[in-house]
Amino acid sequence: MSGAAGEKRGETILEVRDLRKHFPIRRGLLRRVVGQVKAVDGVSFTIRRGETLALVGESGCGKTTVSRCILRALAPSGGAINFTVGGRTADLATMRRRDLRRLRRHMQMVFQDPYSSLNPRMVVGEIIGEPLLINGMTNRAERRKRVTELMELVQLPAAYFNRFPHAFSGGQRQRIGIARALALNPELIVADEPVSALDVSVQAQILNLMLDLQDRLGLTYLFVAHDLSVVKHVSDRVAVMYVGRMVEIGETEALFARPRHPYTEALLSAAPTPVPGAASTRIVLEREIADPANPPPGCAFHPRCRYAIDACRVQTPVLEEIEPGSFVSCLRARELSLRGVAEEA
Amino acid sequence: MAEPILKVRNLQTRFFGTEGIVRAVDGVDFDVFEGRTLGVVGESGCGKSVTARSILRIVDRPGRVVGGEVWLKRAGGGPAVDIAKFTEAQMRDIRGPEIALVFQEPMASFSQHYTIGNQIVEGIRLHMGLDAPAARKRAIELLDMVGVPQPARRVDDYPFQLSGGLRQRVMIAMALACDPRILIADEPTTALDVTTQAQILDLLRSLQAERGLAIILITHDMGVIAEMAHDVSVMYLGRAVESGPVAEMFARPQHPYTRALLRSIPTVMAKPRTRLPTIAGSIPHPFNRPAGCAYNPRCAEIMGEICGQAEPPQVDTPQGHVRCFLHGGAP
Repeated sequence: MSGAAGEKRGETILEVRDLRKHFPIRRGLLRRVVGQVKAVDGVSFTIRRGETLALVGESGCGKTTVSRCILRALAPSGGAINFTVGGRTADLATMRRRDLRRLRRHMQMVFQDPYSSLNPRMVVGEIIGEPLLINGMTNRAERRKRVTELMELVQLPAAYFNRFPHAFSGGQRQRIGIARALALNPELIVADEPVSALDVSVQAQILNLMLDLQDRLGLTYLFVAHDLSVVKHVSDRVAVMYVGRMVEIGETEALFARPRHPYTEALLSAAPTPVPGAASTRIVLEREIADPANPPPGCAFHPRCRYAIDACRVQTPVLEEIEPGSFVSCLRARELSLRGVAEEA
Repeated sequence: MAEPILKVRNLQTRFFGTEGIVRAVDGVDFDVFEGRTLGVVGESGCGKSVTARSILRIVDRPGRVVGGEVWLKRAGGGPAVDIAKFTEAQMRDIRGPEIALVFQEPMASFSQHYTIGNQIVEGIRLHMGLDAPAARKRAIELLDMVGVPQPARRVDDYPFQLSGGLRQRVMIAMALACDPRILIADEPTTALDVTTQAQILDLLRSLQAERGLAIILITHDMGVIAEMAHDVSVMYLGRAVESGPVAEMFARPQHPYTRALLRSIPTVMAKPRTRLPTIAGSIPHPFNRPAGCAYNPRCAEIMGEICGQAEPPQVDTPQGHVRCFLHGGAP
């Protein structure tokens, strides 16, 4: 359905290179710039067509800023965002707003909070049909037909067409949000914490729906999340961020089984598992997440890292491919043997 | 087992709204023991937070506790008393010195205009009759106990100067200020990052071990329950549908809702890209509470008409209690 001729699964659809987004800190009467919050500081990764890349990390790590730069809701301070669609590659980071409009239809967003991301004054049919209208589908009957198709796709009864969003539960609202995102047949969906506001019993429904839609439509997902158990269920590859930098990227199964960065190890260990007694072997990190306005020198994680050596305090590690498909930014990546999570039989 | 420190029987809280009456808590029973954690788990609207507030009688209007008993064994010894019958003035001696509450949103539960020291000292002076310097000294001790670094300096900070994790530590310090024996923690880690959550859960566990605290932990997260609770009560639309010891509950869930809930949780141990079993439909709106067993429209193990007609009574099982006709109790 989506994907022009000649585009295959597995090709690079998005290449982010050395992306930076700095926010100025202003002080005093003259609002002089006294420093920079390096929210994203030199992040690189690629997404392949048809896959799900999960971008994970804790609050303030820059994962949402990355996703907003990709959609150009924020203008990056530096770096390149090469988006390939219809056989042509364009750099979203430097593109003018006018030219962006043509490309925007190929990348859409699913938001975290289904309660605030739907216009309460529009009925479901209008919400889902709005992107169609904006992009020139002015024929009402044609639009209604497409909206009905989309509602069916996300398993919403067509009878809900004329209802307002307040009448729906969180899960159904998220279905409406997904249908709206799919209206223009996008290639890339950026989903920022799409299930974190939902109840557990509804979370599973939405995750399954996203997997099904990907299989049917060949969608590519950038899945921004903090919950590693959710990430394990949906992603092909995982990228872990800490204080504005990428610390590790790897295939989901390999990264969970054998993390290569001490921060990934700690994150995996902190994730609660529904198994009584499992917490006794947990690694509890000391102290707090570093301040992105004033990150520690060397590796930003070193004050909390149990494997830190003197070199970590002065030398900033770079992201390196230490095994095919496994990228790590840690001076000791090759010598450490870290603990992962066992997989269920 | 020892006698429970807190015994809740048939607790009922209703919200009298303009559109109708919502039975937010509809006959909840449980026991809380010294040095043990009772986990109360459920999804939104199940009444878990209202249950906590009903025990302390701090339910916001238009809500009101309309029935039930809350038997508390008081610090001074003697037989248990039913604090549900206490006057507002008597309740003030319960809140803080006997039962304390830790809220979910540490930012919203502090005053922004006072230092954290001020806010901790207020409770200490009110309940423990210490003078200002002694109360301040105690506040610093408390901050130190909950792992706030440089407590003597931090005591003069305002809440906005603290990170989420530190704020939650301060909130716990404040709750412990008057040496309560029961701590109710309402989603204490929901607003926190996972590594911070691990720190706070660790802190609660060690405080419990040191002081023999009884903890009522309210959460939506089965992972947190598995890690923290000794006993569990699963709530659905105002009722405890199943309760029992944690290991039994996870190994052999009795109620179809508990079974389905446990199956639908994503875990880090799953194989990538696997579909999760789901629970059909969504949680009903409280005004449209289904007749009979409230879970029956979503239940995968429905028995027949009876489930939509009669409310299943609480039945004893070898593990605990359950409200489901599968386990008997049919009229």
